[in-house]
Amino acid sequence: MAILRRLLGNPAALLGALLLAAVILAALVAPLLFPNDPLSLVGRPLQWPFANPRAWLGTDPSGRDIAAQIFYGARVSLLIGLVATLIAVAIGIAVGALAGYYGGLVDEALMRVTEAFQTLPSFLLLLVLVAVFGSDITTVTVAIGLVSWPAPARLTRAEFLSLRQREFVQACRVLGMGDARIIVREILPNALPPVIVYASVVMAVAILLESALAFLNLSDPNIASWGNLIGAGRGVLRTQWYVSAIPGVAILLTVLAVSLVGQGLNDALNPRLRGAAPVKAVP
Amino acid sequence: MTILLLALRRLAASLPTLLIILAGLFLLLQLAPGDTVDALMAQMGGGDPATAAQMRRYYGLDLSVAAQLGGYLWRLVRLDLGSSAIYGKPVATVIAERLPVTLLLMGASLGLAFAGGTLLGIVAARRVGRWPDTLISTLGLVFYATPSFWFGLMGIVLFAIHLGWLPAGGFEEVGSGVSGLARALDIARHLVLPTLTLALVFLATYLRIMRASMLEVMGLDFVRTARAKGLGETGIIVRHALRNALLPMVTLVGLQAGTMLGGSVVVESVFALPGLGRLAYESVVQRDLNTLLGIVFVSALLVIAVNFAVDLVYGRLDPRIAAGR
Amino acid sequence: MTQPLLAVEDLSVRLPPGADRAHALAGVSLSLAPREILCVVGESGSGKSMLASTVMRLLPPGVAPDGGRLAFRGRDLLALPEAGMRRIRGAEIGMIFQEPMTALNPLRRAGDQIAEMFRIHTRLDARAIRARTLALLAEVRMPDPEAALRAYPHELSGGQRQRVMIAMALALEPALLIADEPTTALDVTTQGRILALIRDIQHRRGMGVLFITHDFGVVAEIADRVAVMRAGRLVEAGPADQVLNRPQDPYTRALIAAVPPLAPRAARAPGGPPILALAGVAKTYRGGGLLPGRARVTHAVRDVSLTLARGTTLGIVGESGSGKSTLARCIVRLLDPDAGTIRLGDTDLAALSRRAMRGQVRRVQMVFQDPFASLNPRRRAGDLVAQGPRLHGMARGAALDRARELFALVGLDPAAMDRFPHEFSGGQRQRIGLARALALEPEVLIADEPVSALDVSVQAQVLALLDSLRDRLGLSMLFITHDLRVAGQICDRIAVMKDGVVVEAGPTAAVFADPQAAYTRALLEAVPGRAWIPGRPQAAAAAG
Repeated sequence: MAILRRLLGNPAALLGALLLAAVILAALVAPLLFPNDPLSLVGRPLQWPFANPRAWLGTDPSGRDIAAQIFYGARVSLLIGLVATLIAVAIGIAVGALAGYYGGLVDEALMRVTEAFQTLPSFLLLLVLVAVFGSDITTVTVAIGLVSWPAPARLTRAEFLSLRQREFVQACRVLGMGDARIIVREILPNALPPVIVYASVVMAVAILLESALAFLNLSDPNIASWGNLIGAGRGVLRTQWYVSAIPGVAILLTVLAVSLVGQGLNDALNPRLRGAAPVKAVP
Repeated sequence: MTILLLALRRLAASLPTLLIILAGLFLLLQLAPGDTVDALMAQMGGGDPATAAQMRRYYGLDLSVAAQLGGYLWRLVRLDLGSSAIYGKPVATVIAERLPVTLLLMGASLGLAFAGGTLLGIVAARRVGRWPDTLISTLGLVFYATPSFWFGLMGIVLFAIHLGWLPAGGFEEVGSGVSGLARALDIARHLVLPTLTLALVFLATYLRIMRASMLEVMGLDFVRTARAKGLGETGIIVRHALRNALLPMVTLVGLQAGTMLGGSVVVESVFALPGLGRLAYESVVQRDLNTLLGIVFVSALLVIAVNFAVDLVYGRLDPRIAAGR
Repeated sequence: MTQPLLAVEDLSVRLPPGADRAHALAGVSLSLAPREILCVVGESGSGKSMLASTVMRLLPPGVAPDGGRLAFRGRDLLALPEAGMRRIRGAEIGMIFQEPMTALNPLRRAGDQIAEMFRIHTRLDARAIRARTLALLAEVRMPDPEAALRAYPHELSGGQRQRVMIAMALALEPALLIADEPTTALDVTTQGRILALIRDIQHRRGMGVLFITHDFGVVAEIADRVAVMRAGRLVEAGPADQVLNRPQDPYTRALIAAVPPLAPRAARAPGGPPILALAGVAKTYRGGGLLPGRARVTHAVRDVSLTLARGTTLGIVGESGSGKSTLARCIVRLLDPDAGTIRLGDTDLAALSRRAMRGQVRRVQMVFQDPFASLNPRRRAGDLVAQGPRLHGMARGAALDRARELFALVGLDPAAMDRFPHEFSGGQRQRIGLARALALEPEVLIADEPVSALDVSVQAQVLALLDSLRDRLGLSMLFITHDLRVAGQICDRIAVMKDGVVVEAGPTAAVFADPQAAYTRALLEAVPGRAWIPGRPQAAAAAG
C-alpha cells in the first residue's frame, strides 16, 4: 500500500493513472453509448467532427462513426495489449527463471533461442506469423505475445542470476530446500517487481505493434481497431486528415498512460533510481 | 587485436542462433496451408494430381521434412534464396535492389537518434528536476508513445501538404534526369521526413537511457574522485562521465538493430520508399513467402553484422572487455 | 603556538528531512596540526566519513553545513566560493577513498588519471607531466612504474590501485591528506604495507593526515592523535597513547574493550573424537570460453585435509582468494568438491547425491557473512527460523514454537517474530541467521565470516553468543575468518590457508606463539596495532 501511495503521490504517475482509467472507462461504456456495431454505416462519408451531432467526431471514408470506432478501439487495444503481455511475460519468466537459476548448458540453450528471437526483427517475425496463420484477432494477439517475450526473459534471467548468488538462497539450499521451491517461493517474489514494471513496456509495445499491423491492413479487418481507422484515413489525408489524426491521438494517449504508470511504478519501487526508465526493445 | 578476436568469437557464436532461426522459419512454413506446388498450380489455373505429384518430385517436396530442411539450408549457404513468383526473378536480386534504400534510411535514423539522444540525455541529466529536464523528458515520453506511422502521416499533412516544403513520399523525383550532387540532394530531401519519423521513437529511447545512465555514472565513486581532484563540472562530464555513460547506449544500438528494421517496414510503407521493409509488406500481401523468408534471412544477417560492429566499438570503449569476462 | 593546519569549530552538518537524525555532525570541534596524523574513529553512522566530505565540501545533495567554522590554513573553507574551493581540492588537500576499484575511472589508464592532477592545476607540458607521474609511481613503490603508467585499473591488484590513488592524492604535494578508510577493502598483509607507506610519506613530506577508520588496530598503528565519534558528536579526543590506553569516556572504554586482543584464548580440553574429517578435498573452477584450450582453471582448494574434534572450534584463517569460503561451501555441498572425502561421523558427504545430501543437511548447518543478503527480505523473521524444521516435516505450529524458543536462545525478543528482516539491526539479523541454522539441531555449525560485516561492539556480542551456545549445545564449529584477532578470541585450533592450500594448522596458542610457516608469520606481523593490547588499560579493567 505504501507503494500505491508513493505511486499516486507522483504527479506524472497520477496523470498516467487518470488517463488509463479514462481509457478503461471508454472501453467499458462503449456498448452503452454505441449500442450498434461500430463498423456499421451511420451516414454520409467524411463528415467533419462536430458537424453532425449524431457522429460528433465525424465519419470515415465509408461513412462509419469515428467516435464509436474510438470507443470500441479502446477495448481492442486494451485486450490485445493485456493478453499479449500476459503471454510474453509468462514465457519470459519461465525461460528467464530456468536459464538464470540453472546456468550452464540449460542457460546456454535457452539463451541461444532467446537470441534467435532477438536477432529476428520482431515486426518481421510478426508479419511472417500473420502471413502463415492468418490475421484474426486471436492469432494476432498470440503472435504479438510470441514475438515479445525475449526482453522479459533476459530481465528475469538477470534478476535470477544475481539473486541465486545471494546468501539467502544459499541458506535455503543448506536447509535442504528443493530447486522448484527455491525458484518459485524464494527467488521469484524478489525477482518479480522489475519484471512487472517492464510489463508496462511490453504492453505499450504490444498496443503499438497491433496498431501498426492494423494500419498496414494486416490485422483483423472485422474489428474496430484504431490502426484500421488510421489506415482507412490514409487515402483522404490530403483533405480529411482528421480521420487519421483522431485515432492516432487515442493510441498516443493510451500508450502514454501505460508508460507513465509503468515509470511511476518503477520510481515507487526504487525511489533511489528515480527516472531510470526501463528500455523499450521493440518499435 | 584481442578485441577483434573476441568479436569474431561472438560472431561465430551467433552461427547456432542463425541455424535456429532458419530451421524455425522452415518448420513454420511447413505449417502454412498449401505448398509451392499448390501455389503454382493455382496460378496455372489447376491441374490433375499426377502433374502435381510430378512437380512435387521435381521440387523435392516428396522428400522427408528433414531432407527438405537440409536442402534448404544448403541452398542458403550458397546464398540461393530461391525465386520470387511475383517478381519473376531470383529473390536475392530483388532484395539486392531494395537493400540500399533501407540501409540509407536506417543509417541516417540511427545517427540522428544516437546523436540527438546522447545530447538531450546529457542536458536532461545535468538539469535534473528543473525545467530543461522536465521539457526533454516529457517530449521523450510523448515521442515514445507515438506510433511512428501516425507521426509520418501527420508529418506529410504538415510539411508536404500544408507547407509544401518536403515531398510526401518516394525515394527520388522520378524522371527528373538529374545525377551526381543534384540527385543526392534530391534523395536527401525525400529522406528527411522518413528519417525523422523512424528516428524519433529511438531518439526518445536513447535520451531516456542516456539520462538514466548519466545520472547513475555521476553518482559513482570515480566521479567523486574527480571532484576531489579539483576538476570542474564540464571536465568531469567530458573526461570521466561521458565515456562510461555511453556504454549502455552502445549496447542498446545492438539490441535495437532488429527493432529498427521492423520499424522501417512501416515507415517505408508510409512514404512509399522502395526498400526492404516495403518489399516485406508487399510479399505478405501477395503471399510471396519465398521472398518474405529471404528478407527475414537477410535481416538476421544484418542484425548480426550490426552486433559485430557494436562489439568492436564496445571493445574500443571499454578496456575491460579485452581482459576477458 | 603554531597555527593549526585544519581547525574545526563547533561544526554542524544538517541532513535532509526524513533522515534518521537531524544532523550528520553536531557541534564537532577538532584541530589538526601540521605534520600530524589525526585518526577519527567511530562505528558506522558516527558521522566520521561525513566529516571528511565536509572538509572537501563534497557533501551529497541535500546535506549542508549549517553552523560552525572550518578553517584550513586560516581560511574559512565554508565561506569560499566553489571556484576557490576547486583550486584547493587536489592541490592543497588530497583525498583517498575506501574502495580503490570504484574510486578509479575504469576506462582510463592509471598514468593518465594521475597526470590529470597536473593538467588541472599546473601548466606543465606533457613531457614534464610524464616524468612527474613516473616519479610519483616510484615514490609509492609500484613494482613497475612504466607498466603501471599504461595499466588500466582492472589490470592492477587492490593494493596497487590504492597506491595509484595515493600517488594521485600526493601529486601536488598537498599540505593535508584525507584518507577515508583507505585500507578497509584490502587484505591484511596489503593493509600493513599501505599503512606503512602512508606513514612513511607523511613523515618524509611533513603532511598532515586526517585518517578516518573504524578499526582501533589501525589507530594504534598509525595515529598521533585520536578523535572518537558517535552519532555525529565528538566523544573524546587526545593523544593516541592517552585515548587508547587511558580512555576517559565510557563509550570509548566500551569500544576498546570490545576489540579482541591479538592473543589466543585459553586452550580448552582437547575435545572428543573427530566429528568432521576432510581428506584430500579439492575444488577447481573452470572459466572462460567453450574452447578447451582457452579455459582458465582456478584451483580454489587443493588437497585439503583437516579434522574437527567434537565440541571444539576450528578456525580457518586466510586472505581473500585463499579458498576458505570455497572449502566451507564444499562441506555443506553448496559446491560439489572435485576430489576427496568429507566425513561427518560415518557419512562421506562428498560422495552423496544431491538428493541424499538433503537428508543429511540437518546435521551440518551454516551461518553466512552478510546480515543483509542472507535473509529473504520478503519473509517474516519467525518464518525464516521455522522454515528448516518445516521442510523436514515438522508441523507449522510446532515449528513456530521451536522458532520462539530459538529467538530467546539467541537473545532476541520472541515478540519480534512477526517482523520483516529490514526492521532488525545488522547484529540482530545475524542472530536470526544463527537461530535458523540452530533450528535443525546440527552437529556441526559452519560460520562463514559471521562477524566481519558488524561494528566492533556488536561483533563482540555475537562472538560471545556463539561461544556460549557452543558450550551449552555441545556444538562443534568450523569458523571461517580473515581476522586473526577474532580467530584468537574464539578458536581452539586454527588452520591457515593460502592459495587453496593449508599452510599451517595447530592449536591457536601454539600457532600464535610460534608460527612455523613464513606466511603465518607475515600474517601475524601484518595485524595492525599488534603491539597494543586493548582492553587492558587500568581504567577499562576496573570498569569491566
